[in-house]
Amino acid sequence: MGALASSQAEDQEIVREFLIESHENLTRLDRDLVELENQPKNAALLSSIFRTIHTIKGTCGFFGFSTLERITHQAENLLSQLREGQRELTPLLVSLILETVDATRTVLASIEKSGEEGLERFETLTERLGLAAQLSVEVENPLTPDPVLMAAPADSIAETGSLDDWAMPVEVEPAKKEEREATVRQEDTRSKEDRREADRSKEEDAKPHSTVADSNVRVGVGLLDKLMDLVGELVLTRNQILQFNTEREDAALNATSQRLNLITTELQAGVMKTRMQPIGGVWSQLPRVVRDMSVALGKQIRLQTEGADTELDRTIIEAIKDPLVHLIRNSCDHGIESPETRLAAGKPVQGRLNLRAYHEGGQVNIEIGDDGAGISVARVKQKAIEKGLLRPEQVDKLSDREALNLIFLPGFSTAQKVTNISGRGVGMDVVKSHIEKIGGTVDLFSRAGEGATVRIKIPLTLAIVPGLVITSGGERFVIPQISLLELIRIEGDATERHIEYVHGTPVFRRRGRLLPIAYLNQVLDLQSSSSREAVNIVVLQAEDRQFGLVVDGINDTQEIVVKPLGKQLKGLLLYAGATIMGDGRVALILDVLGIGQSSGVFAEVQEPGRGSGRPQIELAVELQRLLLFRSGAFERLAVPLSLVARLELFPRAMIEYAGGGPVIQYRERILPLVSLRSVLESSGMDEADRTDPVQVVVFTDGDRMVGMLVDQILDIVEEAVTVRQKVGRKGLLGSGVIGGRVTDFLDLNEIVQVAAKSWFQGGGDTVGRKVLVVETSSFSRGMIRSGLDMAGYRVFEAATPEDAVRELEKQPVDIVVASLDLAGDGSSELLAAIQSNPEWTKIPVLALSSSPVPGQSAAVLRAGFQDCQTKFDHERMLESVAKLVAPPASSDPRAVDAERWHQQ
Amino acid sequence: MTIDAITTKFEPARSSGQFSTFHVGDLFFGVDVLHVQEVLCLQPMTPVPRSPDVIEGLINLRGQIVTAIDMRRRLHLPPRAGGQTVMNMVVRTVDGVVSLLVDEIGDVLDMDADTYEQPPDNLNPATKELIRGVYKLKGQLLLVLDEERTVDLAIGREA
Repeated sequence: MGALASSQAEDQEIVREFLIESHENLTRLDRDLVELENQPKNAALLSSIFRTIHTIKGTCGFFGFSTLERITHQAENLLSQLREGQRELTPLLVSLILETVDATRTVLASIEKSGEEGLERFETLTERLGLAAQLSVEVENPLTPDPVLMAAPADSIAETGSLDDWAMPVEVEPAKKEEREATVRQEDTRSKEDRREADRSKEEDAKPHSTVADSNVRVGVGLLDKLMDLVGELVLTRNQILQFNTEREDAALNATSQRLNLITTELQAGVMKTRMQPIGGVWSQLPRVVRDMSVALGKQIRLQTEGADTELDRTIIEAIKDPLVHLIRNSCDHGIESPETRLAAGKPVQGRLNLRAYHEGGQVNIEIGDDGAGISVARVKQKAIEKGLLRPEQVDKLSDREALNLIFLPGFSTAQKVTNISGRGVGMDVVKSHIEKIGGTVDLFSRAGEGATVRIKIPLTLAIVPGLVITSGGERFVIPQISLLELIRIEGDATERHIEYVHGTPVFRRRGRLLPIAYLNQVLDLQSSSSREAVNIVVLQAEDRQFGLVVDGINDTQEIVVKPLGKQLKGLLLYAGATIMGDGRVALILDVLGIGQSSGVFAEVQEPGRGSGRPQIELAVELQRLLLFRSGAFERLAVPLSLVARLELFPRAMIEYAGGGPVIQYRERILPLVSLRSVLESSGMDEADRTDPVQVVVFTDGDRMVGMLVDQILDIVEEAVTVRQKVGRKGLLGSGVIGGRVTDFLDLNEIVQVAAKSWFQGGGDTVGRKVLVVETSSFSRGMIRSGLDMAGYRVFEAATPEDAVRELEKQPVDIVVASLDLAGDGSSELLAAIQSNPEWTKIPVLALSSSPVPGQSAAVLRAGFQDCQTKFDHERMLESVAKLVAPPASSDPRAVDAERWHQQ
Repeated sequence: MTIDAITTKFEPARSSGQFSTFHVGDLFFGVDVLHVQEVLCLQPMTPVPRSPDVIEGLINLRGQIVTAIDMRRRLHLPPRAGGQTVMNMVVRTVDGVVSLLVDEIGDVLDMDADTYEQPPDNLNPATKELIRGVYKLKGQLLLVLDEERTVDLAIGREA
């Protein structure tokens, strides 16, 4: 016994822990005893009390606190009889036990103060307890004679007691050990466990396992992490030994390493378990969340939890905390209906929210279910169309389940109105990405009118994960198994035929579907060392996208310990971490998402004739959300989704012609249409476009709106895109690789200009001319602006002369339209500012007066303004502006667009 | 140069006055001995593709994965001649344990504050950036390495 030999200080520490623990136990004992009085038949409660007293007794023996040991021993005997069913519980007995508790407290207080048990011996109490145990008349209620006791002679009871004593060491021993190392703590959850245990036989209750199961050892998290690290090391060493073993043919080594393997696996599982925490810890804050939500929303919601003791690795518990709260809020906000609605639907007024956690197949499932309205598939579909996430006919093809999963798309929210509680348009997608980050999945089930359930499946732990070891360029890498879908090996001559190139991007036909291919050697700039004989494709999935990664060799799968990379390498998105292999060397763990994103870029570089020299200018390498579509000979075109206002579907019959161009009546406005084909391929729109209905991508630019006719909308993707500018076709900005395929980026400026041209035919060459409107009143400014907008000018606004100067510094304009009503002598100041800057002297300035005053016009012109018109007389103003603007400035619209790409 | 400037700038590394020294090219460096975890001969190195040039790779330091930074590249010095020895100087920094690959390990030297000076202004900027100060020894100068700055590689800047 190390504790006996250990120093005084250590002993004191242990005593202190014993005191803390005992106080905790006694507090609960009070409660339990009172409870027991109400339910004298509750065997579980009785067992719990028995064990508490028993633990204290055992510990006292260990420390040599004889008085306490004597008292508790007698109490234990008494309880043991009660538990055995040898006698009935009476209020007198309860009082006696409570007295014992008080006595124990007194002694503990004395120990705490002086380290000694104190002088009081509690002899009478001990005696009374002893007498009670032997059915003494003074404590036993004579009116309820115990039949068992009557039948049992006193000495046989004494024997029971001694039998108990004899059985004790088995129970005491583990308890002692635990106390030496840490503190034995009786968990609050115990009563729950006890209830479950109640069904078991009483003999089982007395077995040591229940005592141990009921007590938790308090160990510092630091120690657990250290243990976990050590087990990680052991796993690695085990792997080394196993590898060593395969190289030798030694039966003894083989047997030993097999045994080592088994033990390590078991130890790993065991230590892993120590890091486990019941999920209930996170749940504890949820009732409050639900309560606050129901008050805020005027709903009645009851939260039911099940499986709060389901255990999870603490790191994972941390990670699911926020998603859980979010889902709960979602259910409260969107799931459960208002009391009136519920009543009308024949449901109880109080909504029910079920939170359930359970283990299944090595994973933890967490379900959040409500009995609310469920998720309306129709509304989800409608929303998806409204949000421009999908086209109507795409939506029609979706199964209900697929449609439900639309909720997880970024930017989706079905809430009718945005509340401050949930539904900011960011939500389920964030939840999903959070869960996926820890290797989990999210599923959604819904029955209209009956409620919805979200099921989260998450792994038990993250620290040790299975991984696939591959080689490329002579180096080993590990791919987490969770991202792995399948392995494909193509041998011999078939290689060339199987990997095909679409626009220089390699693809592979996997069961009839094209799988984009990336070469790891190229992604990582490695030298390929593989022969041409066979190709190994590792099919991976990151988020919802799949791709094939060609590697030089596939080794085997291994349990790997994920270790973080140093801060210097954190910025590299290609790696998720590193691990130590069987031979002691470090191997990098690939980040499948990072590889996928990076490979898209690299696929283009390898395109013949483009890889060398790289003359292209990289405009942007950022994550962009892009709308992909098809038009005529252009199979894949892209525009940033942020520039797209809406996606619409119109019957062909709705197209009308005005001003020489196609238009459509749209939202009480006239939407000019431009056929992408006519811009890109100079073919008339009618000869080729026969589709009905037509698909239109609507762009807005300020107040201007343009509809672009396309053949088919393909997809919306979010990717890191490198736009490589090239001198090419009119209407195209350049091309890049999206989803592993070369995609052309549309030059929206060009499209808009074409549209504006056809729309304002005969309106003069106004397109692209820039006008700066300077006017204090935003209403007036808007009025002036709309007139200019209509005429196709590009309008900038400023409220003060200072703003105007700033605007001018940002970009040169063709004309300044300034109100004479600017505060103070603003218009003159502005004019002076413009005329004083040599770059601006050529800019004409048109003055606008609110009401014509005789002679004002002449005065204004004398002051240096080029012209003076009356506000809101649009025709005159436009005439004047058209007259004043010089031929188009040589500003390059493409440059403006490039700027815009950057801003995405 | 004021006394204030010296004390404020050189506080962290000065406490012990003892420096583990090493050579990189013809430069002679010192790191506060308290910041040095250990010195190792060349370890099996796992290269990190597409990492900054100065990162030589990763080593397994008794189960801990440590990034190794090549001091020659960090200081923009010409690469080592083939066959020249490489030593790992494992230092503890705010950003974790990092191994510095150096040419040769020197003695641990006791330094007197009197011989200390700020780095000369005309020092090569690549070197000066990483140096806290200079101790004037007999016949040579000991450059006090700022290990925090040395290991602070913003990815992308170097790549």
